Amino acid sequence: MGKTVVEKILARAAGLPAVSAGDVVEPRVDVAMSHENAALVINQFLEIYEGTGVTAHPWDVSKIAIIFDHRVPAESPKTASNQKKIREFVDKHRIARFHDIRGDVGGICHQILPEYGYVRPGQVVVGTDSHTTSHGALGAFSFGIGATEMASVWTLGVALNIEVPTTIKIEVNGEFGPHVGPKDLILHVVGKLTAQGANFRVLEFHGETMRKMSTSGRLAVCNMSVEAGATSGIVPADEETIRYLREEAGVTDPIEPVVPDADAVYERVVTIDVSTLEPQIACPHTVDNVKPISEVAGVKVHQIVIGSCTNGRIDDLEAAADIIRGKKVAQGTRMLVFPASGRVFQEALDRGYVSDFMRAGAVVMNAGCGPCLGVHEGALGDNEVAVSTTNRNFKGRMGNPKSEVYLCSPAVAAASAVAGVLADPRKGN
Amino acid sequence: MGKVAFVVGDDVSTDVIYPGRYMATVLPTETPQYAFANDPALNTKLNAKLVPPGSVLVGGKNFGCGSSREQAVSCLKGWELTIVASDISRIFLQNAINLGLNIITAPGVEASEGDEVVVEGSKVVNKSTGKSWDVVPLPPARQAIIDAGGLIAFTRKRMLEAQAKG
Repeated sequence: MGKTVVEKILARAAGLPAVSAGDVVEPRVDVAMSHENAALVINQFLEIYEGTGVTAHPWDVSKIAIIFDHRVPAESPKTASNQKKIREFVDKHRIARFHDIRGDVGGICHQILPEYGYVRPGQVVVGTDSHTTSHGALGAFSFGIGATEMASVWTLGVALNIEVPTTIKIEVNGEFGPHVGPKDLILHVVGKLTAQGANFRVLEFHGETMRKMSTSGRLAVCNMSVEAGATSGIVPADEETIRYLREEAGVTDPIEPVVPDADAVYERVVTIDVSTLEPQIACPHTVDNVKPISEVAGVKVHQIVIGSCTNGRIDDLEAAADIIRGKKVAQGTRMLVFPASGRVFQEALDRGYVSDFMRAGAVVMNAGCGPCLGVHEGALGDNEVAVSTTNRNFKGRMGNPKSEVYLCSPAVAAASAVAGVLADPRKGN
Repeated sequence: MGKVAFVVGDDVSTDVIYPGRYMATVLPTETPQYAFANDPALNTKLNAKLVPPGSVLVGGKNFGCGSSREQAVSCLKGWELTIVASDISRIFLQNAINLGLNIITAPGVEASEGDEVVVEGSKVVNKSTGKSWDVVPLPPARQAIIDAGGLIAFTRKRMLEAQAKG
């Protein structure tokens, strides 16, 4: 019987000839990623060793990555103290894959991991962040875990008691229309499957549209797979994956793609034709409340956010800059741009996008998660509306439960910035 | 289990259970004060200690969706609540098992504040309405973590076994 990609990856990682959905395995972990919540991971890790007489030391520091992104630069003494504690741990254990608050190598964890070639096809990747699903874009089985589970991984080097998930195959065909792209696709998928429709399942993406899509686009698609409840999204590795790793991430060692069998067993197959897809909008307050732009255009917007682990990459900034170049952000609307990493920021400077944004009246912020999770920067006032390229619009997500967040693509966000209302980028301004 | 203290709807996210602005607070002794911090009715009731340990929070579909933040579990565990919901988002469920929060999946479960809800055999029973719902059992592999007293204890045991083997 044929195997899905994740069944193949988990069999290899567990040292078994084959596994099937429902089996319980203990896969070895190739990448263990945390951000500021490493402060809690460290507490839990030390507690595991407490009173045992054994010295606490992670199983393999070369597999641990820690990236500061959620609160950069620190918004409070408490965060700064957490970051200080993590730096001390990093120094003590000589963790090399550490990305501090820096303009060169800093950035959002889900951009840094691909950008630096930390993730490879066929790997098992865990992260103390639900959007760890992103790295399925490189053909890895990548999923979010809690801090205590990460402490367990740091101790044992395996993910304990993992049930092999069933897989839903998403077959995507057709060519995107103008100003329609990967974000619209994944919003459409989440709307179609619903917010819990893929809970405990993997979304495996196939079809000519996926084959033609850049790794950046695949990252956006896999990133938001978790919004349908999926354990992970995955695009089986192909030529584009190898191109990205070689040309953009500078990987020189062997890359071994893992692909599903032609007769792999899927729970179901969902077919999508993107050629007729309109720009998609996730309306307040759930990510699966998805409507085409034609149904919601015209909503007054107070704040535009472009960035995040979903849409803060160079082609996202390009899509927005192409629309806003030579125009102005509407009066009564403010626009914030957060490049996903220092490298993306540098490239946006080199290509002139930063000037495009600033001349239009946008504020370009440092690389990081920005206002996405309502921690600092870009808070919303009561009854204000944000139109954002981020990934969640839950009540209070951007910090104010009396505000509303609409999720969309960078093109829709930029067009809405100029119009001052939720706007269709295909209509011009 | 006992009296239903709260009934919340579908898709209650970890942003609602434990808002992002409190995420720098990580100690399980400190997180409970911020449970449902954006919802004055729920948060005030908890902090006024009007909810006795063992009280039940009844959720709908997709309870605990969103972020992997473990504080969303430790803040509820701190108040010794039991969660009963129609279905529970994967990461939240795993975190609850790892930390030892009482959590039960019972599709369709319905209750009102003040109802008495209990587990009888493989069913959740609302004593106040007489209705009952099947409990979805945890996979045995996850039950093993609960039986060990949580993931810290489970991992410690495995670590010591590995040490003994050399």
